[in-house]
Amino acid sequence: MSASAIIFYAISAFVLGAGLLAVTTTKIFRSAIWLLFTLVGIAGLYFWMQVEFIAAVQIVVYVGGIVVLIIFSIFLTQESGKEMPKPKMSRIIFSVLATIFGFGFTYNLISNYAFPVANIKPFVVSVSEIGTQMLSTSEHGYILPFEVVSMLLLAAMIGCIVIAMKAPEQKPSETKASTEEKFDDVPPSSVVVIPTVSEPLLIIEEV
Amino acid sequence: MNEIPLTHVLYVSTALFFIGMYGLFTRRNMITMLMSIELLLNSVNINFVAFNKYLYPDKLDGVFFTIFIITIAAAEAAVAIAIIINLYRSHKSIDVEDAAELKW
Repeated sequence: MSASAIIFYAISAFVLGAGLLAVTTTKIFRSAIWLLFTLVGIAGLYFWMQVEFIAAVQIVVYVGGIVVLIIFSIFLTQESGKEMPKPKMSRIIFSVLATIFGFGFTYNLISNYAFPVANIKPFVVSVSEIGTQMLSTSEHGYILPFEVVSMLLLAAMIGCIVIAMKAPEQKPSETKASTEEKFDDVPPSSVVVIPTVSEPLLIIEEV
Repeated sequence: MNEIPLTHVLYVSTALFFIGMYGLFTRRNMITMLMSIELLLNSVNINFVAFNKYLYPDKLDGVFFTIFIITIAAAEAAVAIAIIINLYRSHKSIDVEDAAELKW
C-alpha cells in the first residue's frame, strides 16, 4: 500500500466520520462545524484527485460562503447552545434500515459493474482550458449553461431580497411608534427641548 | 494514485450520500436538513470528478458539471436560508412540523 492509497483512505475516513457526526450530534452549532470539516475533507479529496481548481472552488464557495451563511442563520434563528430534541426511536430505526438497504444495494451495483479500465493518461485540468471551454460557442462549449446560471444567480439574489424583506406596510407605523416611544422614555429632567426649532432638538446634559 | 480503483471512490461517495440521506430522514430542524442536502450534493460532485478522472481523462465535462452544481447549491442555500428566516419571523420556529400551512 503506497502513500497515496494511505492518504486516500485517511481522507475518506475523515470525511465519513465528520459527516456522520454532522448528522447525528444534537447541538446545532457543532453540527455546522462538523459539516465544515466534512467539506474541507472533500476539498482534500479533490486535491488528491489532482483537480486543484475544483478544490479551490469548493473551499471558497462552501467553506467560505455556505457554512458561514448557515452559521449566521443559526445565530439568527435559535439559541445555539440548546440541545435539539432527539428524533423518535422508530424514526431512527427506519431511517437506519432504509439507509443501510440503499447503501447495500448501491454497493452491490458498483461492485458488480465492470467499469472499463481507463487508458492511463494523466488527468490534467488547467484553469485556462476550463475558461476557454466554458466560454466557447463551439459544439463542446458551455456558454449556454454559463449564461443560464448567471440568470439563475440574478433571480436567486432578487428572490432572497424579496423573501427576507419585511412587509412594507408595517414599516412606517412601526418606526413612528418606536420614535414616539423613544421620546417618552427620555427622562424630562435631563432633556432640554427648544420649542422654536421646527424639529425637536435634544440636548442631553452631562451629569 | 492508480492503485486505488474507481470503485473505492464510488464507495466513499455512496456512503456520504446515504449519511446525508440519514440526516434528511431524522432531522426535523430546517437548517440541519439544509446541511444534509449539502452533503448529498457534495457526494454527487465527488462522483462527477471521479468518473471524469478515471474514465475520460482527456475531457472536462465532469469538472464543468461540478462547477455548475456548486453554483446552483450556493444559490439554493441562499434562497433556503431567506425562506427559513422569513418563516422564523412568522412562526417563531424552524421545525418542519410547525410549518404545516402554506400561507401564514
